[in-house]
Amino acid sequence: MSVTLVKEKYSSKVGEVVLGATAEQGGTRTTTITVGGDSALPFLHFEGETKNRPVIAMEVTDVVPAWNEMIMNQIGDVINDPAAWAKKCVDDFGADLIYLKLNGADPEAENRSPEDCARIVKDVLAAVGVPLIVEGCDDSEKNNEIMAVIAEAATGENLLIGIAEQDNYKSIAAAAMVHKHTLIARSPLDINICKQLNILINEMGLPLNKIVIDPTVAGLGFGIEYVYSIMERARLGALANDKMLSMPIICTVGYEANRCKEAYASNEEFPGWGDLADRSVLWEAVTASGVLQVGASILVMRNPAAVSVVKKNIADMMGK
Amino acid sequence: MLIFGERINGMFTDIGDALRNKDPKPIQYWAVKQQEGGAHYLDVNSGPAIPTHERVEAYEWMVNVIQEVSELPLVLDSTNYDAIEAGLKVCKRPAIINSCPAEQVKIERVFPMAIQYNAGIIGLTMDKKGIPKDAENRVAFAMELVAAADEYGVPMEDLFIDPLILPVNVAQEHAPEVLESLRQVKMLANPAPRTVLGLSNVSQKSPDRNLINRTYMAMAIASGLDAAIMDANDDDLVDVAATCQILLNRSVYADSYLKVFRAR
Repeated sequence: MSVTLVKEKYSSKVGEVVLGATAEQGGTRTTTITVGGDSALPFLHFEGETKNRPVIAMEVTDVVPAWNEMIMNQIGDVINDPAAWAKKCVDDFGADLIYLKLNGADPEAENRSPEDCARIVKDVLAAVGVPLIVEGCDDSEKNNEIMAVIAEAATGENLLIGIAEQDNYKSIAAAAMVHKHTLIARSPLDINICKQLNILINEMGLPLNKIVIDPTVAGLGFGIEYVYSIMERARLGALANDKMLSMPIICTVGYEANRCKEAYASNEEFPGWGDLADRSVLWEAVTASGVLQVGASILVMRNPAAVSVVKKNIADMMGK
Repeated sequence: MLIFGERINGMFTDIGDALRNKDPKPIQYWAVKQQEGGAHYLDVNSGPAIPTHERVEAYEWMVNVIQEVSELPLVLDSTNYDAIEAGLKVCKRPAIINSCPAEQVKIERVFPMAIQYNAGIIGLTMDKKGIPKDAENRVAFAMELVAAADEYGVPMEDLFIDPLILPVNVAQEHAPEVLESLRQVKMLANPAPRTVLGLSNVSQKSPDRNLINRTYMAMAIASGLDAAIMDANDDDLVDVAATCQILLNRSVYADSYLKVFRAR
């Protein structure tokens, strides 16, 4: 007996966003990356097009991070040098783009000046040809200062800069607008705030195709189901022609997965959990592949071994 | 919820005069103003302002002058199908034919035309004998129109069933029957046909027109109404349409939802 597949029909699709700019476009990138454009739920190729393959941004920090040894060892000595670290991510680990987190700007830490931060961004831009994502530290006031300077120093590069939040979006949105960058709009696992923030940013004059949604994610075992439901709602909204939810989504899975105890607790501490070497990789890789299934376009990852696993997963899901 | 702006109609003095004088300005003014108000489509009706033998030319002219200033798709509203066809020929975006009753002769004229021009159809739940009093007979006519859509290959979502609301001050008993019809029409096919009402009719000649319009619209949307030919510049009415989208969980809530609903 033949079975007819039930297919959903959608009236719209996810918006496309271009990251980076080549010399012709006013930047210095050797390639640009386009994300979004899907016209169905992820990887349901029989219902619609998954137009652009999800991409992996590897995380680089301006100060040596306190990550677990298994990740630190893979990165090696370059961990002291953001530019060399970024280059290794692209050349050796196959990163599609680089996510530079400027923790050193934090007034509670190194308290780097905006100019110092901008110089680091320029160094990384010089070291790699891929597009760049730049986020500041955990101090929103300081971020407004550094991102204004960075946005100007990298005018025309079409960086993906972050983050804009509901109570602090104007300064960074203006910086993105004036200096032609793309903006990350982060909401705290809240679909209503997610939509409202996109509306507010758009009202300032930043076009919808210059915004990427960061819905905030969680690691496997720490609320990823809720993340999934929020992202699914956004994706279904986009497919139903809700323009204010139609932006591609970025997920900071490396940060969230590696906060989970399962990703770093030793074998001795939890003998029943299996070997840490595998567990650490899997925790990040499974978190990443979970959010891929509900429409993540940009995965921000840390562990090179997990990146390798997820790259294969993406290729499999794309059917290539 | 789709808003079909009702204002470009020869029954209104300014539009009637514009048609007689071939003055595009009032028509273009209302095209833009209704779009700003929140209209998704613009209903276009010459009314009696133009003699029957000049209507073909009039519809072609109206469509052209509207399209000079608005990107919105049109609802071509006439009992003269040659006039509608003249309009369809120059429409840049898929239009809607308004309207076709459940009468075989008219179905044979309208449904193939809809296919030819990739247009939607507003199907009226009435025949030569007029509008039924109850929901049962309205739904029976709707079924005939659904069957016609099936026969001619018109996609069900391109068929808008209009169960015909009458003024509440003279035909009060029709109001609940229309709500029941909306509920039942949605069960006639899967996917279901869409539904539409000429909303302002419900309040004809009543002093509290706006209140009656928006109260009835909220009730009708909850019963299955997908579109209304209505006053797109009655802000309170458009706000009710936007709020219904939220309360029926059809659109994700955001504090600025009223403003976003009007963005085109």
